[in-house]
Amino acid sequence: MSQGITLNKITKLIGLGFLSDLKALFARKLVKEDFIKFLRKFVVPIASIFLFIGLWHLGAKSLYNTEANYKIEKALTERGQVAADEMKACIASGDVSCQPNTLPSPAQVWGSFQTLLEDHKVISSDKAAFIEKTAALNETRVAEGKDAIVYTGRPSFVDQIFTSLKTVFAGFLLALFIAVPIGVVIGLSKTLRSSVNWLIQIFKPVSPVVWLLLVFMIVKTLTKNSNSDSAFIISFISVGLCSMWATLVNTAMGVSSVDKDYINVAKVLKLGAFQKVFKVILPSSLPLIFTGLRITLSVAWMVLIAIELLAQSPGLGSFVWEEFQNGAIDSNSKIIVAMFVIGGIGFLLDRIMLTIQNMVSFNKNDGI
Amino acid sequence: MAYLELNNIYKTYGEGDNTTEVLSNINLSIEEGEFVAIVGFTGSGKTTLVNLINGLLQPTSGDVLFKGEPVIGTSHERGVIFQNYSLLPWLTVSQNIYMAVKEAFPKKSKKERNEIVADYVEMVNLTPAINKRPKELSGGMRQRVAVARALAMKPEMIIMDEPLGALDALTRGNLQDEILNIWGKDKRTALLITNDVDEGIYMADRIIPLRPGPNATLGPEFKIDIERPRDKTELNDNLNFKKTRNAIIEYLMDIGNERKTEALEPIVLPDLEPKSFVGRF
Repeated sequence: MSQGITLNKITKLIGLGFLSDLKALFARKLVKEDFIKFLRKFVVPIASIFLFIGLWHLGAKSLYNTEANYKIEKALTERGQVAADEMKACIASGDVSCQPNTLPSPAQVWGSFQTLLEDHKVISSDKAAFIEKTAALNETRVAEGKDAIVYTGRPSFVDQIFTSLKTVFAGFLLALFIAVPIGVVIGLSKTLRSSVNWLIQIFKPVSPVVWLLLVFMIVKTLTKNSNSDSAFIISFISVGLCSMWATLVNTAMGVSSVDKDYINVAKVLKLGAFQKVFKVILPSSLPLIFTGLRITLSVAWMVLIAIELLAQSPGLGSFVWEEFQNGAIDSNSKIIVAMFVIGGIGFLLDRIMLTIQNMVSFNKNDGI
Repeated sequence: MAYLELNNIYKTYGEGDNTTEVLSNINLSIEEGEFVAIVGFTGSGKTTLVNLINGLLQPTSGDVLFKGEPVIGTSHERGVIFQNYSLLPWLTVSQNIYMAVKEAFPKKSKKERNEIVADYVEMVNLTPAINKRPKELSGGMRQRVAVARALAMKPEMIIMDEPLGALDALTRGNLQDEILNIWGKDKRTALLITNDVDEGIYMADRIIPLRPGPNATLGPEFKIDIERPRDKTELNDNLNFKKTRNAIIEYLMDIGNERKTEALEPIVLPDLEPKSFVGRF
């Protein structure tokens, strides 16, 4: 029984409360309300997914036909009837050379997804083989004081995902370590708040691209004489700087708007400044800080793609850009795969933050 | 010299044209060991008065003297029980009280402090709930925690700002007895702010009505000459109780009526005439 309750609590906490509803549904007899609930919670969402895929399929098909007709038309006006017929036959045969370049259909995207997974398997076995092969050599090289040979082959799609996640977490941590302490300090002091307010108001709406250029200017000079991975440094710093504002503003607001009752308690108990900040002000502003962090993480993930794309830093952003430049027959569907993966990971990250946020939150009226 | 003395206290909020005088000409003196209740309507400035005494606010003019020294800030000697419990929701019952004990007795060891916490939790009958958070407690239990937190600092004076205002009648009665019991043990000085005349009569030695604000000021005091320990059911038949109760209520009603007639003064309307729009359209 207690296990059931905890399971219930956990699913509620991570915002998947419908799982326990499903469990409850199977546990007892189906009555009419349950049926409506079931319809609303499971059937309708699943139906809407199918509807979405169906619409997408039809839309893609119509776009495909438009593009194909245009190609045939063009062949007809430029090179005559024979060329047009040839083009028609070529498109119908599914030949790679003359496929219309347009929105891929759901089936094509699914195919590309599997191709990418296959590709990952091939590349990772390749990599493993390479590492095995060079292990002995590397040992002697390291012993001789030389650099070890590393695998420099093309990263797979899955590798790109992990690179992106690494960058986004580095950027998120940077934002956390900059924004939370500064937010607390400016939240505590009205003078400081008004003195840096202009800076926050001006820098908050600056586009990620401009941040990237600014960071590029600075990091380029600073890393001149080192062989560190400057693309990674540039992109994670830019991500951090772009996304930290939500946390900064929320932390400052949380700290400056602590409930007056708590401040009165701190005064009546005569808590010292340190105690007051760590025992009263910070805990009571934690929910707002985490709301800020949640926004920060989702902004970080969103700008990351744009920044990787521009900074030539490996990751999902550059994957998308390379595929777009590449223009291979399945490039478009790979881009759509990346889109879904980006969306899915963004959703997961948001859920993780939401869970943490729910754990630290308290109802304001709990102690009153 | 009185234990707590308020001399010609004025308190105003706002500046310039927006100034509202909340309290005017408040004079009060409380002797050591006395239990004084101040009764008044809601919004009459009771909380402002409490905050002046506990040091959260400073009077605009006049002085608050505690043991002859002017009150310039909060002090551990004056424990406060707030109207809305004001527990920290992220701490458990024992942590909430421990925080107060730690500040009040910085020299004691952790073990001694924990013993004090346990004693006071026991005193308010919350030992089974010692590790619970405020949200798991009922309103009455929360207020008990607040009482324990204020008392655990061993203050010389307890200031209670409508401590039982938000509770139901039964819980209220129980807590009144508990507070009286605790007060009776070491006879600390106590100041109770309340809007319930019966509560004031049941608990206090002296009742002072607060004439409603703005410009709230204290009315004439009523001595309660009823033997302690008082019994609630017997109290209803006590002539002295009835007399005092009626006198206080009459006094408060008179003020209320006074206030109403004041409000009924004719309001002079500005002499305006509608603009003529003829010929403008």
